[in-house]
This record gives sequence, C-alpha cells and structure tokens, in this order.
Amino acid sequence: MPHLDARYLLCPMPVIRVGACIANLVSGDVLTVTCTDRGALNDVPAWCRLEGHEVIQATTDPYGDVRLTIRVKK
Amino acid sequence: MENVKRKAVVLLSGGLDSLLAARLMLDQGIHVEGINFFTGFCVAGHTHAVRKDRQDRALRNSALHCAEQLGIRLHIVDVIDEYKDVVLNPRHGYGAYLNPCLDCKGFMVGKARLWMEQNGFDFIVTGEVLGQRPMSQRRDTLPVVARESGALDRLLRPLCARLLAPTLPEREGWVDRDQLLALNGRNRKPQIALAQAYGFEYAQPAGGCCFLTDENYAHKLQDLWQSRGERRYDFDDIMLLKVGRHLRPRPHFKLIVGREEGENRFLEGYRNRFVHLWATEHNGPLVLLQGDTDEADLDLAASITARFGQGRAAPSVRVAVGQPGGSQDLRDTKPLPSHAFDACWYL
Repeated sequence: MPHLDARYLLCPMPVIRVGACIANLVSGDVLTVTCTDRGALNDVPAWCRLEGHEVIQATTDPYGDVRLTIRVKK
Repeated sequence: MENVKRKAVVLLSGGLDSLLAARLMLDQGIHVEGINFFTGFCVAGHTHAVRKDRQDRALRNSALHCAEQLGIRLHIVDVIDEYKDVVLNPRHGYGAYLNPCLDCKGFMVGKARLWMEQNGFDFIVTGEVLGQRPMSQRRDTLPVVARESGALDRLLRPLCARLLAPTLPEREGWVDRDQLLALNGRNRKPQIALAQAYGFEYAQPAGGCCFLTDENYAHKLQDLWQSRGERRYDFDDIMLLKVGRHLRPRPHFKLIVGREEGENRFLEGYRNRFVHLWATEHNGPLVLLQGDTDEADLDLAASITARFGQGRAAPSVRVAVGQPGGSQDLRDTKPLPSHAFDACWYL
C-alpha cells in the first residue's frame, strides 16, 4: 500500500503532495498519508471530495499526527 | 448568448472577492475551475496550524473551502521556486515592506494564462476591484497586469468589469456584461452584502494573507539576506521565519526558539538540518541554531536556551546540543541573566 509522509509540511503542501501522489495511482488504489499539520484533517478530505476520491479513514493519534487513508477513484 | 459552454479559470485566493467573482461566472452558466498558487508566503493560517494555543479559528485552507462552497474543482499549484524571482527582482518595486504586489499579480495571472492555454479554457477571472489596493488594483495598473501576464483581453474582472473596457468574453457574448458589477474602492460592504445573499462563509473580507506585507516578517527576511551576504532563500527559510522567537545574539549566528509545544514539534522536523538545543531536565523550548559557531557561541546559545525554559531560575541547567548527524553533547550552563540579555537580539 503506498504511503505518503507529509509530516512537518504546512498547508497546502500536504494537499499538493497528495495530489501528486494520486496522479501516479490508478482507480482502486489505497493511499495512506501521515501529516503533522492538523489542518490536513480538513483540507485533504475537502480536496478528495472535490476530486471524487474516497477518504476511508481520517484520525488524529495521541501525539497529534493526522493519519488519512484514501481510496483513489478516477 | 451562444450555446457552447465556455470555460473560465478563476484565481481563487480564499478571500471574498474571488469567491464572488467565481460565483458570478457560475450564475452565467460558465464552466469554472479554480486555481490557487502557493508561493510559500500567502499562508497566514500557518501560525494557527503550528501553535497549539491558537485554536480560535477553523484550521482549513480558505481556497479549498471556497471551492467547496462553489462546487468547483481547485488546482493548487506549487510555484515556490518560480516565485523567487518575483520576490527578489520585482520590476515594479515593493510596497510598504517586501510585498511586490504588482509583479505578483502579473506573475499569477501569467501562470493562469499558461494553465488556461494548456487546458483548453477560454478566459481568466480574478476578484480584483478597481481602487481597492494601492499598488495592483489602480486604474493605471490593472492594464499592466493584463499586458505583462499576456492575458490581455481574456482577463475578466467581474466585480468591476462595468467600469473597465469590455473584454473578449463580454464582446463575444460568452458573458453578459450587464450582469457584471461596477464595484469601486476600498469599501467592502457591497461584497459582504453579496456574500450574505449567497450564504457564503469566508475567512476574511480580503484574501490578502501574504507575509511579505508584514513588517516583522519582512525584517526577518532582510536579516536573513544580510547575514548571508546575498539575497536568496529556500522553502525552509521562509517557513522557519513564521515560527518561534528569532534572536541574533551575534552577527554570525541566529537562534529560533520555540514558544510552545506546537512550535517545538514543528521545529523538531529541522533537527537533521541544524544544530539544536534543549534542556534535558527542565521543560523548555527546542532551539535551532543557524550559522557558524565556536565553543563560546555554543555556551551562549545554551545559556539562552536555559533562560527560556522552566529552569530559568535554577543555578544550573543541563542543555543538550544536538548535531544534524545525530550526535549530541551535554552542557551544564547557567541561564542567561536578564542584565546580560540584550533585547536588541530580537528580530
């Protein structure tokens, strides 16, 4: 399963990196992402809604890291 | 109006004006997609993203939120490297601080023009309002943006279009000029009323959240250039200028002191790039050190680190000095007393 480490990147870089990553994936692929910018918890799902990708899981761990799981839909 | 559905790309900043401009186009049956350029500077929300004590507003990208309200796609484009030339060599000079507003607008519209051409779109839309901004939105500078960007009459400003010469989309009947607006000046009440009528949420009346218009930020950026002896920066430089207290105790080195847990966490991401210091037996900041230092400098940096932590009143504080490679040494240091701390060190 492809994973994107977007820790220590601030908005909107996590969204830009997720977009670049998904550009190289095909429909049905599942991408996991880790971010430290808490805004990513809103921004990445918002971008996915606009692009039609499915956010399967979006959580924040006790240390504050945001973890997202995205199913690519093209 | 002809039957072909025309396509417009709107520069969506996340502010109110471009949100309304996009909506006016949607109202006329235009296919609209948004584009947002990330320069590294237009990011006021970063302070809130980093600091844990700033939870007073929603942590979200304003441009994305606008796109969601409009129901349009948003293309966020990283222009950090290309934008350096705009910051370093603005043809039209700076505003009050290091803000190259006119060059910036020309650059962004120019990038949007390229995107328009590459993606088969017909025209560009911005939320500019005649007379709203002192540098880039004057009657004599709006044509400069259209000309230098190469967009020419494919650049439509729906909020003030009726005060300007008709553009190609208006002349060709792609949009109805009579339904466009004639807003003028800095009064934003008409936009706020329109936003209420549409039921829009917006982050701030103006999209302007550029750090280059901030006096303190501009001072820190100039200090960076001065210390290097040349005007250059990279992405991490401009990110770090937004975080922490910045002190220059000596001309040849600078300290970035985390102010709270969120900033310390952010600065942790730079431990493999800079010498860093922290108190091992007291709570306190993570401190990044930039510059070339000798042992006396490291002792001073350690005592400053101790001063900003909870051991500031202790006779001695153990401070770790970490190297980018991972090695570290420990120093027992006396926190720098007030009389030895020079307020002029603050940038």
